[in-house]
Amino acid sequence: MILDEETLELRDMVREFVNNEIIPNAPKYEKKNEFAAPILDIAIDEMGLGCLCQPEEFGGAGLSNVAFLTLSEEIARGDLGIATTLFGNCLATYPVLIAGTDEQKKLWFDTLTEKKYAAFCLTEPNAGSDAGGVQTTAVPDGDDYIINGTKCFISNGGIAGIYTVLAVTDPKKGVLGLSAFIVERDREGVSIGKEEDKMGMRLSNTTEVIFDHVRVPKDHLLGKLNRGFKIIMETLDHSRAGVGAFGVGIAQRALEEATKYAKQRVQFGQPVANFQAVQHILADMAIEIECARQAYLHAGELIDAGAPYKMESAIAKTKGSDTAMKCAIDGLQVLGGYGYMKEYPLEKLVRDAKILQIYEGTNQIQRGVIAGCLLKKY
Amino acid sequence: MNILVCVKQVPDTTSIKIDPIKHTLIRTGVPSIVNPYDGYALEMAARIKDKTGGKITVLSMGPEMAKDTLRECLGVGADEAYLISDRVFGGSDTLATSCIISTAIKLLEEKNGSPFDLIFCGKQAIDGDTGQVGPEISEHLDRALITYAYESQVEGDTIKVRRESDEGYDIVAAKFPAVVTVEKTPYEPRYPSIKSKLAARKATIPTLTSAEVIVDENRRGLKGSPTKVKSTYTAEVQKNGQTISGVEGSAAGAQLVGLLFDAGILK
Repeated sequence: MILDEETLELRDMVREFVNNEIIPNAPKYEKKNEFAAPILDIAIDEMGLGCLCQPEEFGGAGLSNVAFLTLSEEIARGDLGIATTLFGNCLATYPVLIAGTDEQKKLWFDTLTEKKYAAFCLTEPNAGSDAGGVQTTAVPDGDDYIINGTKCFISNGGIAGIYTVLAVTDPKKGVLGLSAFIVERDREGVSIGKEEDKMGMRLSNTTEVIFDHVRVPKDHLLGKLNRGFKIIMETLDHSRAGVGAFGVGIAQRALEEATKYAKQRVQFGQPVANFQAVQHILADMAIEIECARQAYLHAGELIDAGAPYKMESAIAKTKGSDTAMKCAIDGLQVLGGYGYMKEYPLEKLVRDAKILQIYEGTNQIQRGVIAGCLLKKY
Repeated sequence: MNILVCVKQVPDTTSIKIDPIKHTLIRTGVPSIVNPYDGYALEMAARIKDKTGGKITVLSMGPEMAKDTLRECLGVGADEAYLISDRVFGGSDTLATSCIISTAIKLLEEKNGSPFDLIFCGKQAIDGDTGQVGPEISEHLDRALITYAYESQVEGDTIKVRRESDEGYDIVAAKFPAVVTVEKTPYEPRYPSIKSKLAARKATIPTLTSAEVIVDENRRGLKGSPTKVKSTYTAEVQKNGQTISGVEGSAAGAQLVGLLFDAGILK
């Protein structure tokens, strides 16, 4: 698809921010093992990139999904940790957009605006790919629910001011006994556990979030009781296209870095970019990137058109993340020994790319989703 | 607080080349940007507005495409924008330009019912580098002028400015209404927000023509421009300094004192 002028203008504006602020500064924070708060402050406070799925009626920009995904690619091109932090807010927000009442949306966006970050609490030690394995419980008590359980690998877990949480409300019914809740960070009993020491995506805050007898009013239940699983699955269908866009961002960065390097690096008396062996690596990267980009844009177009997008979103996620992995590895190869050194950005791109094949549904789960759609269709 | 910022669309000189024979700028294919000093002026105005509230109007003179520049300004703090554009204004030098702009400012002030508290301009445009239009506007409007502002602060009806001079910094103040020309500030202009960018795309930017901005024909365009360019050339930088290197600090100090005595500076 061809992007419209408005989307291109927003993309250029975000690209300028990425080139001036993220690319030169993010590695410093990664080296110091520090959260990149000053960069995120510009992104959120100055540019309004904090929750790009926020609808206009609740104070957001009301972007199309195509524009949203285009900006996701741009930010991930700068740094995946920063992209995951910003878009982690959207992941946490989707359940509220899908099932929330206007009062719940207001509570959500007011809190998010004030506290800057939100987190989506689904994963547990025994509930990863099998989201139905959730053990956190929510038990009714008068006008409240009492939530107990531990969530792990939660992006923005330690910095969020508000959470969406999936919990068991009827233990006998499996996935039909799960419900989704809004929980504010400052409620008694909410605490942050271990912060994960990750291979890549170092600028994303990933922690355990512990709910110990946390009392939330009944109006914090999202949608109907015991219908949480459906909300969460819809959330993931939607957010997956974004992971595809992240993948394209990483792959695009790898291509740019490798091409620039190949033009400068002289071996056998000439730039290595003159050699067909190197040119073909770069060309293959470009082919993969273009296909992956069109895949996420197509999913975005379908979402905007109100058409079914489950399969296309899973395709975009799989293609985008596999492309990121392949292009990061191949880009590193173009840089040879220097690519393996921390002085150059390729080794980081390899470390970052890997998570995309894992989070928000492993690529094996995605293929299951795609196959499921195919078997229904034909 | 009612602030006006004058801005100019200029070619991006970082990507510009000079014709080696004619010594003029090769403008074809060069992207246009907001004159960077005008960007600093707008940011200074926006920081004042952040504190005091109020409205920022941006004003430019140039062809229709200068509206792109004004739209950019609407994304980073300006609330409304006007473009002065008319063929009869073409060819104006700094004097004619400042005369036309001042007339337009008076027109806007009549419309608002009061003068702008502050008028900001960049210290100079990076294409012409004259630095004359801002001070000339203050003359035409008979307002206080502070040039080369580096930082500023508003207290009541007074602007206090830290300005750069050859000797260092001066702290000066002026009562409203005043004109301030702005140097590169210690802070960078803000990024546009997604929402302001989208709003700026949709904003209507009125064009002020010679029908509204009424300037005597002897004071506008080529006819109103006494400046005659005899030739332009790239100035050669003369380096008169002498570097003392390769010796210890104390020895270098002694050498320096000797040189200063020889030059008659120390006696």
